[in-house]
Amino acid sequence: MTQQIIIQVFGSGCPTCKKLYEQVKQAAAELKLKTEVAYITDYQKIMAAGLMALPAVTVNDKIIIAGLIPKPEKIKKLISENI
Amino acid sequence: MDFFWPIKILAETITVKILPLPAGSFLAEVVSYFIYDVIKIYLLLLIIIFIVSLIRSFLPPEKIRLVLVRKNPYWGNILAALFGIVTPFCTCSAIPLFLGFLQAGIPLGVTFSFLVASPMINEVALVMLLGLFGWRVAAIYILSGLIIAIFSGIIIGKLKMENLLADFTLGKILQPQAALAPIKFSDRLAYAKDYTFGIFKKVWFFVLLGVGVGAWIHGYVPADFLTRFAGADKWYAVPLAVIIGIPLYANAAGIIPLVSALTEKGVALGTTLAFMMAVTGLSLPEFLILKKIMKLKLILIFAGIVGAGIIFTGYLFNLIIF
Repeated sequence: MTQQIIIQVFGSGCPTCKKLYEQVKQAAAELKLKTEVAYITDYQKIMAAGLMALPAVTVNDKIIIAGLIPKPEKIKKLISENI
Repeated sequence: MDFFWPIKILAETITVKILPLPAGSFLAEVVSYFIYDVIKIYLLLLIIIFIVSLIRSFLPPEKIRLVLVRKNPYWGNILAALFGIVTPFCTCSAIPLFLGFLQAGIPLGVTFSFLVASPMINEVALVMLLGLFGWRVAAIYILSGLIIAIFSGIIIGKLKMENLLADFTLGKILQPQAALAPIKFSDRLAYAKDYTFGIFKKVWFFVLLGVGVGAWIHGYVPADFLTRFAGADKWYAVPLAVIIGIPLYANAAGIIPLVSALTEKGVALGTTLAFMMAVTGLSLPEFLILKKIMKLKLILIFAGIVGAGIIFTGYLFNLIIF
């Protein structure tokens, strides 16, 4: 895969959301992905992504996590399945 | 008949055989009461939260939104409040839910019915009530919560408050299908299991703490001690309980066992119900977050209507239950 991978974490800036952001960054690093994980708190953008539950994660605009924080292994699995 | 009698026997056995405390002594009674309540509530938490989160996996917010869009306002208010029972509520999700509903054209009043019911009728509060007050009080709590949510929404809908929302260009709904993709049943079970243990990890300590202090009050504070201050005949008890309840959201699991012990010592049941509804339904952190998308005036009107509903419920139950 040579395609650019875009991972975005959406949250309201609450501690739970920040924790998910850290875990996703960690997972991306462990998977050795060449990508910046973005953290988005702008509601305009959150609504544009079609999200109704936070925190959430998208990989290339596909929602893979919404409304809960899975275990670190599960996060890694979900990311690697969707790149 | 007490459905939990095996736990009672277990608690008594632990107290007398394992600890061991002299059977029939006062300390043994208090300790056994503590062990019994803790085991009972832990079991209820695991079972009920698992069932609720399994049901919830069939009702993602996107699906609820689709159902609510097609209803007329009054049915919409009722359904929105009912959906609020099974939806989890995290202040993190309050805004995307709220905006997502408005984005789909769901009326503001219906959206508010959901926003009131969702945190107020939450599964942790429900478990604590069921475990410590019995199913009657738990049922009263759900029913009054639903009625308050439905009517608050209808009133806010009639007041035409749309101009008090912050300026927002909501745009089109882009990918509602993403969350509506079919899910395997094993994934639903996994979700329910994860969610249940997640909540359990968050609240187990507060339950222990709350029940512990509750057991101490149960054993060492004289009965009717609080009747003088907070009996049914004290007019100020209900509003005072509501005001105290507003900043206490995070600790619902620890507060309810305490409140249960206080009820035993003379606080009227309506006052207790009002207090618990204020703890869950009127939360300061939620208001602070809502401030980002609506004007302060709307938050105050919202809190005022819900608060008045809670106070009314409190007085009503103090009047009919003695």
